[in-house]
Amino acid sequence: MNIQSNTMPESSFDGQSGAPAAVSAARLAYWSIRRELWENRSIYIAPLVVAGVALLAFLFTLSYLPANVRKLAALEATRQHTLLSIPYDASAIMIILVSVLVGLYYSLEALHSERRDRSILFWKSLPVSDLTTVLSKAIVPLIVMPLLAFAIIVALQLIMLLLSTVVLLSSGANAAAPWTQRPMFEMSLVLLYGLATLAVWYAPIYGWLLLVSAWAQRATLLWAVLPPLLISVGERLVFHTSYFGSMLKSRLFGGFAQAFVAKAHDSGAVLGESGNAAARRLTSDQLAQILNPIPDPVKFLSTPGVWIGLVVAAALLAGAVWLRRHREPM
Amino acid sequence: MPCIEAHGLRKAFGTTIALDGIDLRVEEGRILGLIGRNGAGKTTALKAILGLTSYQGELKVLERDPWTERDQLMREVCFIADVAVLPRWLRVAHALDFVAGVHPRFDRAKAEGFLAKTTIKRTSKINELSKGMVTQLHLALVMAIDAKLLVLDEPTLGLDILYRKQFYDSLLNDYSDRGRTIVMTTHHPEEIQNVITDVMFIDRGRIVLDCSMEDFESKYLELMVRPEHVVAARALEPIHEREVFGRSILLFDRLDHDKAAALGDVRTPGIDDLFVALLGNPAGASQGVTA
Repeated sequence: MNIQSNTMPESSFDGQSGAPAAVSAARLAYWSIRRELWENRSIYIAPLVVAGVALLAFLFTLSYLPANVRKLAALEATRQHTLLSIPYDASAIMIILVSVLVGLYYSLEALHSERRDRSILFWKSLPVSDLTTVLSKAIVPLIVMPLLAFAIIVALQLIMLLLSTVVLLSSGANAAAPWTQRPMFEMSLVLLYGLATLAVWYAPIYGWLLLVSAWAQRATLLWAVLPPLLISVGERLVFHTSYFGSMLKSRLFGGFAQAFVAKAHDSGAVLGESGNAAARRLTSDQLAQILNPIPDPVKFLSTPGVWIGLVVAAALLAGAVWLRRHREPM
Repeated sequence: MPCIEAHGLRKAFGTTIALDGIDLRVEEGRILGLIGRNGAGKTTALKAILGLTSYQGELKVLERDPWTERDQLMREVCFIADVAVLPRWLRVAHALDFVAGVHPRFDRAKAEGFLAKTTIKRTSKINELSKGMVTQLHLALVMAIDAKLLVLDEPTLGLDILYRKQFYDSLLNDYSDRGRTIVMTTHHPEEIQNVITDVMFIDRGRIVLDCSMEDFESKYLELMVRPEHVVAARALEPIHEREVFGRSILLFDRLDHDKAAALGDVRTPGIDDLFVALLGNPAGASQGVTA
């Protein structure tokens, strides 16, 4: 290891003998986030795999498409729209679901694995603050993964749309059907809005998981799930109320309801009918409702839960920063 | 300006006292060897210096408080806290990318130069490398950083003899010639005897010995006594005595060289021999407590 760079001019170092040049915060964050993607390749592999499976399934149904489009013409407009949208929306929902699950798992591991393998000592030997590190890890499920899911979904839907067009054109059916029924640009905006509101709504959950991952020595999943569960069971037993439980439920499953408005005509129609037809109608209408949500940013931004959630998330992240500084590697 | 300065540095884990109010001063450009048994407080002292653990008392490293200013401090300080801390999933090329990305004083060309002398492939993951290669990589990363203070905790652990030798040569040639300060711990003090400028023994959270190597050489003296002079030599109050191949070897603290030479062969003791002399008494705590 006797080194040629020995002969390297000393002046290259003399220039910075005073205060060392600092690396900008943006650059530190950029490399910290890239680091996360190197470590957790499932962040992009998982949604890509789902997209691949969805595309494969779509290819199988493609042969029935011309016949279906001819049949569709007889149906009413909403129904047409719903049926044509199903493959697009189902794949989008699946990709979002997997992406969220990966994000939750990622958050639970993010500050735990570096302590488990003691690599935290290497990361801490570099001039990156605990705040930058924790924020980078929070940015992954809050911003990186939603954007990634958005890009993958849009790309997938474009491919599906183009394939449909080719098949329909070659079979002589109405090739415009998928295009008129699915305004791509508008749908993409709705998708982006949905992903953004979901991330904001889930921010305290990611924050909680990051805190647990910075704190727990082992069994992170247990530590993440048990305390909230015990609190809600305890509340039910002691006070015979379920505020905490319903708050949890709304936090886990209520984001969609806060961000979108349902179509007004659906609920009335559902209540009036009965029997098998009603059940089918219900599912179909609910589906339509879910598949054609109308964004309501004003409602979302005026929901106190959104802002309370963000404040709680910030507090939990601050706790995670404190813990990363104080906890010793395992 | 001292590189490291501590007054009454104290750290306790529950009832266990890891650092018992130590005073420490390391001047710029010194190479300090920190010697102690497992659990003596070496690693805790290094962790405090690196801002990895909180502490009581005063501590300044490069005029900064390491606990509150770790990230700024790490622009000028490098450390290998333990050889096995490079993340197993990281690729060699990514490790270079990352350090180059976040460290203002990292010289990538220099790190590539170090790596070119090894068989480490850029595309390998850390877990595909041998223990020695991981250490080589970590050292290549650290040595390519133009830091003012380098802290090495057991830097040659897991390296073969050849590489250990190369490492210390390289440390002397490439690293210590720019007025940099180095603090290192090792369980093989004999390896660094000719490398370090200062030596410090630490035992049960206290500093037992703190001297420069010049003082060490003038102060301590080892005498291989000729059998006929054993009684006379013992009368001079050696601090330690051992027998090798039937001959007594006595260690003295401040003994006139000529006086000693009359009784046998005189030489400078090894750091390890002095360590045994000062701390190897059977009254000492049993070994095996990890830091």
